[in-house]
Order: sequence, then C-alpha cells, then structure tokens
Amino acid sequence: MPVTAIASPALAADAVEPGRSLWQDAWARLRRNRMAVIGGVVLIVLTALSLFGPLFLAYSYEEQNLALGAAPPSAAHLLGTDKLGRDQLARLLFGGRVSLLVGLAATSVSLTIGVLWGSIAGYAGGKLDAVMMRIVDILYALPFTIFVILLMTVFGRNFVLLFVAIGAVEWLTMARIVRGQVLALKRQEFIEAAVALGLRKRRIVLRHVVPNVLGPVMVYTTLTIPAVMLLEAFLSFLGLGVQPPMSSWGLLIKEGAEQMEEAPWLLIYPAAVFAATLFSLNFLGDGLRDALDVRASKD
Amino acid sequence: MLQLIARRILETIPVLVLVATITFFMMKAVPGGPLDTEKNIPQEIKVQIEAFYGLDQPLWKQYASYMGNLLRGDLGPSFKHANRSVNELIAAALPVSLELGGLALCIALLVGIPLGIAAAVRQNTWIDYLASTTAMAGICLPTFVMGPLLVLVFALHFEQFNASGWDFARDRVLPALTLGLVYAGYIARLTRGGMLEVLNQDFIRTARAKGASEIRVVFRHALRGGLLPVVSFLGPGIAGILTGSFVIETIFNIPGLGRHFVTSVFNRDATLTIGTALFYAALVVALNLAADIAQAMLNPKQRAN
Repeated sequence: MPVTAIASPALAADAVEPGRSLWQDAWARLRRNRMAVIGGVVLIVLTALSLFGPLFLAYSYEEQNLALGAAPPSAAHLLGTDKLGRDQLARLLFGGRVSLLVGLAATSVSLTIGVLWGSIAGYAGGKLDAVMMRIVDILYALPFTIFVILLMTVFGRNFVLLFVAIGAVEWLTMARIVRGQVLALKRQEFIEAAVALGLRKRRIVLRHVVPNVLGPVMVYTTLTIPAVMLLEAFLSFLGLGVQPPMSSWGLLIKEGAEQMEEAPWLLIYPAAVFAATLFSLNFLGDGLRDALDVRASKD
Repeated sequence: MLQLIARRILETIPVLVLVATITFFMMKAVPGGPLDTEKNIPQEIKVQIEAFYGLDQPLWKQYASYMGNLLRGDLGPSFKHANRSVNELIAAALPVSLELGGLALCIALLVGIPLGIAAAVRQNTWIDYLASTTAMAGICLPTFVMGPLLVLVFALHFEQFNASGWDFARDRVLPALTLGLVYAGYIARLTRGGMLEVLNQDFIRTARAKGASEIRVVFRHALRGGLLPVVSFLGPGIAGILTGSFVIETIFNIPGLGRHFVTSVFNRDATLTIGTALFYAALVVALNLAADIAQAMLNPKQRAN
C-alpha cells in the first residue's frame, strides 16, 4: 500500500496498537463482503500476472513479426497479434505493469500532498487554514484535465511527468477529507495531552494526527487509484500518455479502437481487463468504506 | 444567500485569470510554433506573419495585449484556421457540443435517477444488487471503452448506425449514449445513497404513520432530500460530460468544441487552445456556481442561513 509512503511502518504500528480490535473488526467485516473479496482476489491475480507473466512468455511486448500482421487468437498467440505482429498477451501483461504502476505512483503523489496539506491546514487552523483551503477551492474550480493535456504537450510525453501531473490533480479531495478528520481529532483529549506534554507541533501532526486519519485515507486511496488509472488511459487514448512501442491499457484500447473492424480482439481483451480492474478497485474501496465505517463527506 | 452568491461570483475572477495566464505561458513554452510546420516559408514572409500576429513582440507585451483583448471578449485570430477568429470557431462548434452534452445529461438523469430510487426502495433485494451492479458497470466502462464497444456492436455488427459523423438525427444516438451512460452510473449511486439516508429519517416514518401511500412517501416526501447529492454532483458532472466530449468527439468525428481543443493542442494553435481552455473553464466555473446555488435553495438548513 502506498499508505506507507506517509507513515513509516513504525509509526503505523504505533497507531494501530491501541485500536487493534477496530482494525480486526474492520477486517472481519471486509471478509464478509463478497464483492470486495472478489475484487481483492481479481486485483491480486491481475497484479501477479502483470508482474510475473511476461517472464514466462515466448514473446516480448515489442517483438515484431511483420509477416504475421494482425492475426486472430491462436495456439501460438493466445490473444492474437496486433498489426505489427506483436503478441497481444505480452503487450497486455506489460501494459498492466505500466497502468498499475501509474495508478500506484500517481496515487502516492496525490496521497502525500493531500495528507500533508490537509493535516497542516486542519491542525494549524485560523488564517493559515483559511488561506490553504481557499487555494484548494480555487484549484477545484480549474478544469484540470485541460491542464494535464497542456502539460503533456508542453513537456513532451514524459513518463515520470505523467505520474506527477496526474498526482498533482487528484490530491484536492484527499486534502479536504483529511482536514475534516483532523479538525475533529484536534479536540480530543490525547491530542490535548500531547500538547500539554510540550511535544513539538511537527511531532504531534506526524505521530499522533496522521496515523489516526489512516482509515478514511485508506478508503479514499483505494478509490483514487481507479480515478488515476482512468486519467492515464484517457491521456493515452488521446495519444498524449504512454507512447508506443511501450504499452499501457489505455494505449492498447486506443490501438484496438482504431482497427476494431478488422481485428476486434485487439479492442475486446484490453477493454475487458481494464474494466475488470476498475470494477475490482471500486468494489474493494466500497467494501473498505463500509468496513471502516467511513462516511464520505466534503469537509 | 445573496452574500454567498456574490462571494462565489467574485471567486471566479481569480480562477479565470489564473487559467488564462497558465495556458498562455504554457503554450508559449511549447517547443515549436504554429508556423514551423509550414514548409519552406521564405524568411521575409515569416517575419511579416510574425509581425502581423504580434509574435515578434517581447513576451510580456504579448501577454498584456492578449489579456487586454480578453477583457473585451476577443479571443484573437486562430493560427491554423486562416482568416477565422477563435470566437467564430467556438461559436460554430458550441451548438454541436451543447447538443451532445444536453442529450447525454438527459440520458444520465433519466436512467440514473429511476435506477437509484429503485435500488434504495428495495434495498438489499435482487433489484438493488442488479441496479447497483449496472451502475458500477457504467462507471467502470469509461467513454473511451464504451464508445468503441458500442460502435463495434451497433454500427459494425448490426449496422444500425453510422460509426462516425454528425449529419443525421440517428448519428446522435451512439455518442450521446456513450457519454450519458457513464454519468447515469454515478447518478444512480448518488441517488441510492441520498434516498437511503432520507428514508431512514423520522419525518418519513411520520408520513408512513399517517397513512401516506408508499408512492407518495417516496416521490413527495423523500425524493426532494434524496436528490440533494445528485444536485451537488451536477456541477462537476456536467463539467465531466464536457471534458468527456473530448474523447467522444474524437471517436465519432464530431465537429464540436472538444475536438477543436484536442486538435489545436496538436497543431500548436496557441490562441485556439487558450480560447477553448478558457471557455471550458468559464463554463465549468459557472456550472459549479449554479449547482451550489441550486443546492442551497433545496436544502432548508442552508436556506435559513
């Protein structure tokens, strides 16, 4: 989980200690939610296939066989080949690595910015809070998709930039959620105790506040990953994201859509895998929300 | 209430200035200008063209004159579409995008709200599961997946519709469906959540206790509060439908605003890019504002303040 990007394992363990039964409760509730469990299993299988599958394939994602061209699925190429004779299964699995990586990396970026921004604003309160949240309000009103498109055009179709650009778009809601949580937490006694003990603000925020907002953050993270993957695929579909001969699910869907008349298999398999991933992530996120009893609220 | 509206309107000004400034400098930072792709323009002519468009001026002067024109509502000439202003291009493309977006919104509301109500009223029955799964399917099949799949099935396989174009009434069906169904999914989920919350409240029990029919309870008492989340989603939702039309217009080859934006980015047609981006931003901001006001009027708690 990218959550560990925020709190080091030691911190997280610290936070879980007093509330262990809460997390166990949540885990039990999650396991009873059939759709969430199926979602989780599908995700693990897809991730494992993307990570390790390419090692066992006879073809690499960029190996061309121009003589073959776009051939329908066969024993040699289980999902067929694209117009350059590249093995579609290899491209699908490799594309999975890229799409999942973008999903995780960009979500970590947005998680880091959002959690820090929200907890600082919520904890500081007063003028700083007002200014920081007004900035969030203004950024909310900006049509970010347009900026991401512009950004990709200006700085070329850089892979790292894709993470940063998407991550920078998706942190706003996270900041709002975290701020709301922190505001509620701030009035609780153990924080007062920490203040009374004379702990530094930085330490209170990082060690006592951030770990306690992990529940809502985890839920929202699970729901951010599909949003991020959607944006990556959207950009790749418009030709602004991942570039060939690299592969990503969005790119494969784009290529498939271009020749669906002659080679429908090029569209159907990536579309199905992509939809299944989004399905799983959303069901898992919903399940987590119910299990941790987090209510989605704007502030 | 009036104060809230006034404050929100004032807030839109820095947003629009920010959008204009960011897009302006981003397009200036793009390597390669709009004239670079033209083959073999003699140097003198190039200089003249640049002078005509003010491209020979220092950057801050270009920015100042652009912002000055913007204040008068003039978005400048297009670099790629000879002799046409950005205003004209937007005016020509807007009705197409509005029609597409309007149809999609109707589909989203007409499909999403009944689906959500049915799921909430029959919570935890097969009706709920079916409706919720359908809604999730809509959300997980984004426009660029749904569009090509609909074309594959209904245009290429059953040959009921044209795969692209915007010439006949029936050309509207597939694009509007593609765009509308995704948002129908979101709206169904929001309606279900909102209705469930309202249906558990005391005044609903009172209504039932005094013998109101189930239909009356649902449609007269619960619906008004239950639709609040949908109303607050409409602002961002419509904005999403508008950006969603980038993809739809590209897939179906529709001469709307979204396609202008995407192609202008590829053509380095800076004025058209900034113009369409600004126009979108203004539209999104206005719609968010309208949604906020509508929500405040529907919600008695906020109305009292």
